[in-house]
Amino acid sequence: MSQIQYREAIRQALAEELTRDPNVVVLGEEVAQFHGAYKVTEGLLEKFGPKRIVDTPISEAGFIGMGLGASMLGVRPVIELMFWSFYSVAFDQILNNAANVRYMSGGQIQCPIVIRGPANGGTNVGATHSHTPENVLANHPGMKVVVPSTPYDAKGLLKSAIRDNDPVMFLENTILYGDKGEVPAEEYLIPLGKADIKREGTDLTIVSYGRAVIQSLAAAHLLQQEHNVSVEVIDLRSIRPLDIDTVLASVRKTHRALVVEEQKPFCGVGAQLAYMIQSEAFDELDGPIARLSTIDAPAIYSPPVETEQLPNPQRILRAAIEALG
Amino acid sequence: MANIIEMPKLSDTMTVGTLVKWLKKEGDAVKSGDILAEVETDKATMELESFFDGTLLSVFIPAGSQVPIGAALCAVGKPGEKVAAPEAKAPPAAPAAPPDAPPAAPATPAPAAAPAAAPVSKAPVPPAAADPAGRVKISPLARKLAVEKGVDPAGVAGTGTGGRIVRADILSAKAAGGKGGSAPFAGGAALGAKGPVQEEALVPVSNIRGTIARRLLESKIQIPHYYLDIEIDAGPLLELRAELNAALEQEGVKLSVNDFILKASAEALRQVPAVNCSWEGTAIRHHSAAHVSFAVAIEDGLITPVIRDAHLKTIFAISAEAKPLGKRAKEKKLAPDEFTGGTFCVSNLGMMGIDRFAAIINPPNAAILAVGTTVRKPVVKDNSIVIGQRMSLTLSADHRVVDGAVGAAFLAAIRDLLERPSLLLL
Repeated sequence: MSQIQYREAIRQALAEELTRDPNVVVLGEEVAQFHGAYKVTEGLLEKFGPKRIVDTPISEAGFIGMGLGASMLGVRPVIELMFWSFYSVAFDQILNNAANVRYMSGGQIQCPIVIRGPANGGTNVGATHSHTPENVLANHPGMKVVVPSTPYDAKGLLKSAIRDNDPVMFLENTILYGDKGEVPAEEYLIPLGKADIKREGTDLTIVSYGRAVIQSLAAAHLLQQEHNVSVEVIDLRSIRPLDIDTVLASVRKTHRALVVEEQKPFCGVGAQLAYMIQSEAFDELDGPIARLSTIDAPAIYSPPVETEQLPNPQRILRAAIEALG
Repeated sequence: MANIIEMPKLSDTMTVGTLVKWLKKEGDAVKSGDILAEVETDKATMELESFFDGTLLSVFIPAGSQVPIGAALCAVGKPGEKVAAPEAKAPPAAPAAPPDAPPAAPATPAPAAAPAAAPVSKAPVPPAAADPAGRVKISPLARKLAVEKGVDPAGVAGTGTGGRIVRADILSAKAAGGKGGSAPFAGGAALGAKGPVQEEALVPVSNIRGTIARRLLESKIQIPHYYLDIEIDAGPLLELRAELNAALEQEGVKLSVNDFILKASAEALRQVPAVNCSWEGTAIRHHSAAHVSFAVAIEDGLITPVIRDAHLKTIFAISAEAKPLGKRAKEKKLAPDEFTGGTFCVSNLGMMGIDRFAAIINPPNAAILAVGTTVRKPVVKDNSIVIGQRMSLTLSADHRVVDGAVGAAFLAAIRDLLERPSLLLL
């Protein structure tokens, strides 16, 4: 196995699927000639040509609507958003149309689009470029929502997303793009809706996804070193479908749960998880379900303060200690 | 980093605790769950448990000291680790927590939602509060375990956040089994002894004595007490009690006179619910449940364990509850929710030979019933003088809530029930 960057893993997934299926196309602002704002699509134009790697105008509602229409006729577009924050320009196309096409057509029409791009804070790009809309997206039946934390997961999940016949929202992270991880040379897929236990433990279950998983693992390490607390870290990988069974099995083992999300708390993914855990495993809980989220405010522009607004290992560690009380 | 263990908040009214005794000394190995020290709150003596494995590195507070909630008591860490004596409530220094900042100990979690850049806070925990309605704070898992292991959670001190009983508490209660044994009261001096009556001494006021002093003074100053006396025929009650105790001896039933009084009080509160109320300044709270407490003398004070929902319980259930409550009260082992939340109180000095007395109301109750001893004396019955068994009852009532006629109706209800005690078996 070789160590490759998260962005390279996504690029490999795109290239493999573009090669495997001639219906796969890549659309987005500057994905072709400029190789993507974060260089994820580097080299794809040269390899697959301008009919399959398409630069679009700065018009999310337009090019996402175009991709959606094309998908209904058999094309499998992978649409890049420069930032997921701009999805709201195309809110109607994504959440009113794409999410409902199969249902409204009585199952006759499929909508196999993937919309992908970074959705994260922590890079000092301000409140309008730092949205994490996985909860908003997952609130819509018909949507699938994937948030990978590692290069291995990003590649395997993106290939499954492209082959899926429903709209899949794929939320990446600009801070993770440069992270390296092991990815096998041979082809593999990771099914959507299957959580991964990233670290085994016995005293506390941390449920997380995306970059918060990486930070939870750092906190789990500190908790073991400094407090002799054994933490299990579960990476949901996909928010919808949600692998609640893996979460519940872990809670039944540790009896304590902490949800960590890079996400505003109000009506967030953590709220849904807390509800589901107590609903299914109330008698297994030895304390209230704890939650560590982004502090509830627009993304703060000051870099040191933004670091404290987001989940970070020290905040997670403190929340974990409290969850153990 | 060593873990600093702080004075936890062990009862809803606690502000300081007395560190009675260290059970571990510096250099001792400590396991999570070990008892480090005994702490006396304003109500009871409780155990201070370690949540950490390691070595007791440093003890900051000598035994006998009064310590405010949140103050550092000791440090547990790796053997040989250096620990600086904690500064009192160090102010925040750096804008962000240093990477190896110690988190708050689990016993005293940092308050949630601190400002983004605040360091780990060591501020005192907000009151955990024994639920005034008398619910035992217990995690769902611990509740399930308690049933499985046959442990009564009401007698278990919780070590979780806010005094919540957690899994470890049930397991250690199970392991401890029925430990107990209270210190006997000091015996009386021999007759004809020489020397001083007692050592001349200035004894600091203990937490429990301070609480009694404060609350009873408040009661006498703030509550317009008035008193109603009644004398009842205790003959039928004593007969029924003797009969039941003889017949049910095999079942382990041993009803006391006080059990009948508690049951009669609950029933009388149902008949005259205006007594089951509390003055709250701009409103009078009507309590739906009769939680009847009874005063128990303990070393250096008294405490009032509560029979919850006495209005729903048989006299046998009340008796079965009152006995262990009284015993554990004397051992100072009551959990906060076992002596708070009463809506009416009974104080019985009958067994001490007192004919009658007037008790001070235990706020926020609206009344208290003082029970005297039962004496044989001549009474007029059917125009002739016969020997009667007479017991006197005195009701102290809060005139803001309970007017004289209401208090009289309540006492009459109690008398009717106690003079026809078979009604109390219904």
